Amino acid sequence: MQSLKKYIFHPNILLSLTFAAMMAALALVFVYVPTEKTMGVVQRIFYFHVPLAWVCFLAYAVVFVCSLLYLRQRDTRWDRLAHSSAEIGIIFTTLVLIAGTIWAKAAWGSWWTWDARLTTTLILWFIYFAYLLVRAYATEESRGARYAAVIGIMGFIDVPIVALSIILWRTSHPGPLIFEGGLTSSMKLTLMVCILAFTLLYVYLLVNSNSIRRALDEVKSLKHFVDGRN
Amino acid sequence: MENSGYLLAAYSVIWAVVFCFVFVLSRRQRRLQRELDYLRKKMEEKG
Repeated sequence: MQSLKKYIFHPNILLSLTFAAMMAALALVFVYVPTEKTMGVVQRIFYFHVPLAWVCFLAYAVVFVCSLLYLRQRDTRWDRLAHSSAEIGIIFTTLVLIAGTIWAKAAWGSWWTWDARLTTTLILWFIYFAYLLVRAYATEESRGARYAAVIGIMGFIDVPIVALSIILWRTSHPGPLIFEGGLTSSMKLTLMVCILAFTLLYVYLLVNSNSIRRALDEVKSLKHFVDGRN
Repeated sequence: MENSGYLLAAYSVIWAVVFCFVFVLSRRQRRLQRELDYLRKKMEEKG
């Protein structure tokens, strides 16, 4: 089981899988799927916008679980994983917001509106930005990790609010098209492949970022050891 | 191809940011690896 895990999460294998899935996703988005009639070609942003949002939720769910485990066990492995996932999460949230505003400009004629979905997503961005700031500016590393874990747990409350905002409030943002049956089978297939490709990209980035943090901890302890012997 | 500029802009930004992040990660990794190698060597020298 351990060797299988090592094999699956090997960076080169993950990179190859991600690359293949991304190529398939791009081919489906730009060659296979037909152009949507109402919005035209700009609707193709949807195939990357939705997977980016999915990865954000996944990344923050990982932060939530790892933060809980860190506070319970005080094992730095969970803290490293939460930190790495939060960093990736904020990058993907930034991309969701950027892709969303570009799409909004084409569809609604304005870059931004204080719509419930957009506003709650922006709040999500600020929450996890605060998570990273707390870590960066904490006087003690362990204290920063503790405070960040609390933000990682409390901040996750905003994730279901973002997801349900289109149902809870009247918004200009499109509804849950996948569940409402607003997508043709070719659109669904394209979206699923894009979601798979972005999930693989997230796992690849998480494995890499986490191994960097582990190496950083090793460097710190070795420095401490070397300095102690001088 | 109305609005294709927006489509191009969205996809360009997404890929640019993803590639930048991967580049930053690989630079961090290389720097840490060099530092680790140096520290291990220093420890070996001291026995």
